[in-house]
Amino acid sequence: MTASVESSQSSVPRDMPVQRAHVMRGGQGGRALFMAALPLLAAAVSWCLHRYLPNRQTTQPTHFYPLLLNAMLLFTGGLFLIQISWPVMGKWFRPKAPLLTAFILLLAVWDLITLKFALMPLPYFPGPDRVLNSLVDNWRDLAQCTGYSLVLLASGFALGAGTGMICGVLIGWSPRFRYWGMPVLKTVGPIPATALVPLALILFPSAFLSGASLIALAVWFPVTMLTASGIANVRMSYLDVARTLGAGRRFLIFRVAIPAAMPSIFIGLFMGLGASFLTLIVAETVGVRSGLGWKLAWAQQWTEYDQVYAIIAIMAVFFSGIMTLLFKLRDRVLVWQKGVIKW
Amino acid sequence: MVMPSLEPPASATGAAAPSPSAMSALSGASALQIIGVGKTFVAADESRVIALQDATLSVRPGEMIALVGPSGCGKSTLLRLLAGLDQPTTGQLWAGEQRISGPSAQRGLVFQDPNLFPWLTVRRNIESGLVARGALREQRHEVPQFMRLVGLEGFANAYPHQLSGGMAQRVALARALVNQPSVLLLDEPLGALDAFTRMRMQDEVLHLWEARGTTMLLVTHDIDEAIYMSDRIVIMTPRPGRIDCVLPVSLPRPRERNSPAFLALRSHILEMLHFAGSRS
Repeated sequence: MTASVESSQSSVPRDMPVQRAHVMRGGQGGRALFMAALPLLAAAVSWCLHRYLPNRQTTQPTHFYPLLLNAMLLFTGGLFLIQISWPVMGKWFRPKAPLLTAFILLLAVWDLITLKFALMPLPYFPGPDRVLNSLVDNWRDLAQCTGYSLVLLASGFALGAGTGMICGVLIGWSPRFRYWGMPVLKTVGPIPATALVPLALILFPSAFLSGASLIALAVWFPVTMLTASGIANVRMSYLDVARTLGAGRRFLIFRVAIPAAMPSIFIGLFMGLGASFLTLIVAETVGVRSGLGWKLAWAQQWTEYDQVYAIIAIMAVFFSGIMTLLFKLRDRVLVWQKGVIKW
Repeated sequence: MVMPSLEPPASATGAAAPSPSAMSALSGASALQIIGVGKTFVAADESRVIALQDATLSVRPGEMIALVGPSGCGKSTLLRLLAGLDQPTTGQLWAGEQRISGPSAQRGLVFQDPNLFPWLTVRRNIESGLVARGALREQRHEVPQFMRLVGLEGFANAYPHQLSGGMAQRVALARALVNQPSVLLLDEPLGALDAFTRMRMQDEVLHLWEARGTTMLLVTHDIDEAIYMSDRIVIMTPRPGRIDCVLPVSLPRPRERNSPAFLALRSHILEMLHFAGSRS
């Protein structure tokens, strides 16, 4: 018995850090130093280009972008010092260095294409300087819009995911609900929620409610579908085992079927989240008078392209942040699926 | 071949007719009674498969019964009927004084695949029987004792995918035992294990059986396992699945796997299953 105990204990990544340390030692020296200095070099190049090349775009330069460049110079310089003097932190940061470098260089390229060489026409293609300026100038307004979008998205998503899971469990578990529910799901589900905008606008008393219900509908379909299929495909033997343990229907549904269907439910939630972003932006351009989508349409109408890019940048951070949260939640809930050692 | 010193040879080879012990069991002294039970499966195209026909058997409390036979002989079907997971087409099944009409925590079931709930830790898997019966609060303190019983202390917070096959099957055993069932139905529980682990687990199951006095029905492909473990061996034949005969095993415990009596009984069973050379 002890043999099997030991074998299962050591089967997991005891040897992995050893291997990595070996690779590190092999690559140390000049190459490692160069890798550590890369972000600093990139920041210095970006700084010099912005400082010493003449501006060809006819815009009022601001002091925000130089400030950002200064900050990046300080930041990457600090990272470099930490890396060469504190190996533990260095090991943690080293894999991220190329990404940071690429990001800084991308900013420089953007600066060159727009402000420095004026390769793209204004006002549609402002430089990083203008966009940053717009972000800082309008931060209060943009924060308000982001907050509004977040509330709308959260209420719509929660409503859609909640009803979706309930419908999915009912359809997946009970043949009667499946008989009546499946045709509805199959016909109503595939309609893009955005196609129902005209209907939503007259059905609901406020723009917020119509927006939230459109988002909910967009989330509802994939969550219901994937939950139902997850529940319907639970291994019979899990249910058999539970019944011989004295389980009633509550236990079978809540303690066996739903946990077993969780991987599938999460796929539905991810699909629903993607659909909810799309629906949010569309819903905000019709009826609603606040939010990122509305602001985007407004900025476009007034050809304030500085703000358009600022809003897109906010959306990138906002949506990817929410996506990351859902990934984190999945990793927590589905910890049993992965080869994660917990003791 | 010479019959080994088994008793009683006459009734042992008697066919599916109710044995005397089954008759006495009708008066209520048995843990399980199977009376003329048959199971016919009807496929989607209306074709019928007789999985089990006219099976009659009585199991005494605390007895260890092995069901052996080729695949398709209905031994797993019989076990599922006893667990209450399926309903018989004909006949009756009784557990003590109670007619079996559905699953019960009184009759635990362990499959060849441990079927642990992968989303629960070892401890929570074992507790699930208590949760299902709503008895977790009163009986939670008994769980460590069951983990010790199957040698799993220290693995309470491990997830099933981190366990070896033998450990997973021990968890399955503990999970079935935590409800203190009077009958434990074992459907080839050791069939997927390697030979060494299997022999060690046979001893562990025997130890549990002796310590707890649980009535056990063990379905197995392995004739050695049946002889090594059981009080009586029920030999079943396929197409249609039915009980061919019931052989008592009166070797003293603990049994020697290579004693002459063991080997003689083994070749006798093989002969009955038509695997030995000369049979007219």
